[in-house]
Amino acid sequence: MTTPDSSMPPPAPAIGPVGWLRQNLFSTWYNALLTIVLVTLLVPLVALILRWILAEARWGVVTANLRLFLIGQYPFEEAWRIWLSLAVLSVLTGISAGIYGGATVRTLATWLAAGQVMLGALAAVSGLGSATTVALVANAAIVWAAFLAVRWRPRAMPRRLVGLGWLASIPISVILLQGIRGLPLPIVTSNLWGGLLLTFLLAIVGILLSFPFGVLLALGRRSGLPAVRVLSTAYIELIRGVPLVTILFMAAVMLPLFLPSNVRIDQVLRAMVGITLFSAAYVAENVRGGLQAIPPGQVEAAHAIGLNTLQTNRFIVLPQALRAVIPANVGLFISLLKDTTLVTIVGLLELLGIGRAVLAQPQWFGAQLEVYVFIAAVFFILCYTMSQASYRLETALGVGTR
Amino acid sequence: MRRPVRTHHGFVVLLLFALFAVACEPGPTPSPVSTAESSPGPSAEATPSPAETASPAATSERLADVQSRGQLICGVNGGLPGFSFLEEGTGEWSGFDTDFCRAIAAAVLGDPEAVEFRPLSADERSTALQTGEIDVLVRNTTWTVSRDTAWGLFAPTTFYDGQGMMVTSATGATTLQDLEGATICVQSGTTTELNLTDQMRALGVDFSPQVFGDIDATYDAYTQGRCDAVTSDRSQLVARRTQFTNPDDHIILDVVMSKEPLGPVAPLGDDQWFNVVKWVVFATFEAEEQGIDAGNVEQMRDSSENPVIRRLLGVQPDAGELAAGLGLEDDWVVNVIGAVGNYGEIYNRNLGPDTPFNLDRGPNRQWTDGGLLYAAPYR
Amino acid sequence: MTSAPLDHVHAAVPPWRDIRVLRIAVQVVVVALVLAIGFVLWSNLTASMGRSRLTFGLGFLDTTAGFEIAESPIQFSATDTYGRAFAVGLINTLIISVAGIVLATILGVIVGVGRLSGNWLVNHLAAGFVEVMRNTPLLVQLVLLYAVLLQLPSVANAVALPGSIYLSQRGLSFPRPVVGPTFGAWLALLGIGIAVALATRWFAARREASGHPSSGLRRVGILAMVTIPVVGWVALGAPISLDVPILQRFNFVGGIVLSPEFSALLFGLVIYTSAFIGEVVRGGIQSVRRGQLEAAYAVGLTPRQTLRLVVFPQALRVIVPPLTSQYLNLAKNSSLAIVIGFPDLFSVSRTMSNQTGQPVSVIMLVMATYLAISLATSLAMNLYNRRVQVLEG
Repeated sequence: MTTPDSSMPPPAPAIGPVGWLRQNLFSTWYNALLTIVLVTLLVPLVALILRWILAEARWGVVTANLRLFLIGQYPFEEAWRIWLSLAVLSVLTGISAGIYGGATVRTLATWLAAGQVMLGALAAVSGLGSATTVALVANAAIVWAAFLAVRWRPRAMPRRLVGLGWLASIPISVILLQGIRGLPLPIVTSNLWGGLLLTFLLAIVGILLSFPFGVLLALGRRSGLPAVRVLSTAYIELIRGVPLVTILFMAAVMLPLFLPSNVRIDQVLRAMVGITLFSAAYVAENVRGGLQAIPPGQVEAAHAIGLNTLQTNRFIVLPQALRAVIPANVGLFISLLKDTTLVTIVGLLELLGIGRAVLAQPQWFGAQLEVYVFIAAVFFILCYTMSQASYRLETALGVGTR
Repeated sequence: MRRPVRTHHGFVVLLLFALFAVACEPGPTPSPVSTAESSPGPSAEATPSPAETASPAATSERLADVQSRGQLICGVNGGLPGFSFLEEGTGEWSGFDTDFCRAIAAAVLGDPEAVEFRPLSADERSTALQTGEIDVLVRNTTWTVSRDTAWGLFAPTTFYDGQGMMVTSATGATTLQDLEGATICVQSGTTTELNLTDQMRALGVDFSPQVFGDIDATYDAYTQGRCDAVTSDRSQLVARRTQFTNPDDHIILDVVMSKEPLGPVAPLGDDQWFNVVKWVVFATFEAEEQGIDAGNVEQMRDSSENPVIRRLLGVQPDAGELAAGLGLEDDWVVNVIGAVGNYGEIYNRNLGPDTPFNLDRGPNRQWTDGGLLYAAPYR
Repeated sequence: MTSAPLDHVHAAVPPWRDIRVLRIAVQVVVVALVLAIGFVLWSNLTASMGRSRLTFGLGFLDTTAGFEIAESPIQFSATDTYGRAFAVGLINTLIISVAGIVLATILGVIVGVGRLSGNWLVNHLAAGFVEVMRNTPLLVQLVLLYAVLLQLPSVANAVALPGSIYLSQRGLSFPRPVVGPTFGAWLALLGIGIAVALATRWFAARREASGHPSSGLRRVGILAMVTIPVVGWVALGAPISLDVPILQRFNFVGGIVLSPEFSALLFGLVIYTSAFIGEVVRGGIQSVRRGQLEAAYAVGLTPRQTLRLVVFPQALRVIVPPLTSQYLNLAKNSSLAIVIGFPDLFSVSRTMSNQTGQPVSVIMLVMATYLAISLATSLAMNLYNRRVQVLEG
């Protein structure tokens, strides 16, 4: 029996950069052709784009108007209130990340911190004043500090308190943003809120309010009571069959007609109502998918031990269903964030609307590409990071493999 | 389960209720709880004059609304320099129309700055007025019969204008017939859109309209070359042209395509409020006719012997019931003129020779100067 | 024990714990609540509308519109009715939706297959495309595309492409076929040619089934299908002529013009939706188990045949339901046309609601129309879905 020679290295063209090229780009004749065609098209295109971004584009339109892009026409002297409500949000997020420790919350916390650092950097570059940069970076640090504090002393913060904190943060943020008589917080009417502030406000309030409503609709659609099922199904199918702009338009125009004449409801609230009504139907469909994935044996076992329908839903069905649809709901939040741009059509100036208003200034005439590319980049960064987090979440939860 | 489920639920429900109660507060101004029969007149200053004649007590729901709210909601353009324009940097509103908003606020609330300006596109203004969201529309709106019946009641015209056409000088067009086959930008929801069709059809000129809902989009498309011409009120063309990078490359044709009487509009169904708006406008006309301006109004009130002026400024004994009929204080005209000046001052400040627009007053002069401004007598 | 062991079971259940009563009671309460809220809203609505002189009713559809529409596939002028204007908007939306669905599907399949390619460059290019398109809002993409299209050269400097096609910032102009008087006759000849081809195909199939090769017959059929129309064309003297765009003082006159608004909307929608369709297609193809492919190769099918006979039908079952929702999204997203100035259904209805002073009726009409479009599309796709799904044993 001959011993094998010292193993020979593989043939040269199969390893190293050449080997990689052969395998991935030139494996067959049409792959090779595709590669050549694409490279000849792409290289000059990429060069053109890079040259435009670095040399020709007038990025001054962004830096000169950064305040408008971030907070709209909110008076800059009162902007500290926005940073303060962000600080409240940061504290709560940091604490929640420490306590719950799940992938979702930790991603949100990282995202919040990183986002504020980036905004702070952008503010520094745009000459918005060092106070803004300091405030934003401090907020990012607060997220981390809260997280570490909870990790250090886990028992100091009961979960119930955190939940209450989250609930209380909503009225606190509203009061901070809007102002209230009696306190040294001058009123800033909501028609002045704009830019990224309004985008986030609409998206967050939209998803928060539509979530319970959507869960109720999903339960209703699967309910055994025919009246409830018919009403829920009718609502869901109706809302899913019409575009969001028609619902926004209906909310903007008709909502004041539905209310008694002496109640005035401002534009931002109308848009929130429209977005909530719309997204509740989609949340309902997501949750319905989750509910359908639960084995009927669970419900039967729950009934066998004496739980009634309400208790079954609360303790057995919903926890499993909602955990299963978290990735889908993150996707929905991403869509909602993108859909906030549609409120431009009803006259609110969120990020895209402010961009178009900036373009109306005579000195920035012709800077359309710069402004729209900037807005697209902001949305891309936000949505891409969230979708990446959602992918990782899906694998962490093992959705679909159980 | 250690705790009964019900209390847990109840607590959460209560908390949610509290949240909604806070979140649904519709803005900083408390939702006014106006009753059907509103108390007459403004709150603190004047007392209702003793009813010796049959002067009606103030019953305007909207007037009471505005006074309890403490702010006037004025629908404006927001994108028309010279008429209503928001300076992005300072957040200041300036313009001819905004000054009339301030005049109404000065008359009703005593404070010309107690105004919330609501920018509206040409498409949105009718529904905003009809649904009652705004108290008055001062947005370079043309008075037509269909609008009078459907949108609201038109106060006296503050600006007599006409429709014009602006072209780039490169096209070489000088008359409307030269625009055969051209693309013309126009805003939707305006009388100019309708007049354009009528006029061009009457002349037998073929053209393609390009319609936009937004004033900025319209002029943007025009300056980028999407259209060969843009049509609107002549004052608007002049105002927007000052914002172009090369204003001299654009010519406003020497044609007047229609009558465009622009003025404030009050919502339907409230006669007294309409009277308030109407007489604020007349007050500015009358003040200019009588030579009262912001500088001398106080002095005129104190020392003038002219009964017309004394009545106008609330000094004459019978002026009290005139003001009460409108639901305003006796010296509301003093507030108005002191705040924004008379018509001439408003015009010159926003559109006059010292501004980039330098619009000739044309028919916008007093009737004594051969123009169309004619205030009804204040008595 | 003197009492029966199961007495307590047969004792009457008090009504507030009786499940049958509770079920009905809850439904009654829910319906009553909905009706009560509906009633309050309705009465507020009628009161507000009475105050503002707004009305219900669709009578305005017969009144004169008085506004122009920039692009209309059917003849429309300001003297036509609002009803006709509504129809124009609807047709515009349908054109965009149908063309968008077709093009997006094609591009989406390309993107999806590209994502599965072994070529690193193609794979990552497709992945990058999908990520960028899915993570930026459609509205931003539309306005960006429109701004880019407006940067094209002005009409006077239009780029001339071969075949009388002109590209400028006012759109793409290309020749339009115009039917002449003899077109009907030519169509008849075309019909005859196709009929001959089908008939020969049928005969040939029958002959082949009984064992007689008939490729000759098939060739005759195809030859007939080609030669009869061509000969007819020449004989009848070219029944279709071309209306070529000619640059006049301001614009190109003649031919068909794809305006920048239409192009921006269509291409924006197509590119955006194709990213989603690409992911759906990829998911569908990946859902086919590898064992199926191996078995197909083992049986002797070529890769092309495997794709056509094994992968494709199975992938379709997974693809069609999410594809339906993407089609619906495309149709609904066409309502964003208002921002770039294309007169689709929503844009026209906005103008109508402001001009007629009856926003409520118009909104209801528009929502009902979109609902009808959505229902029709999902109905058609569900029928197709059923065909695709039922093949299982």
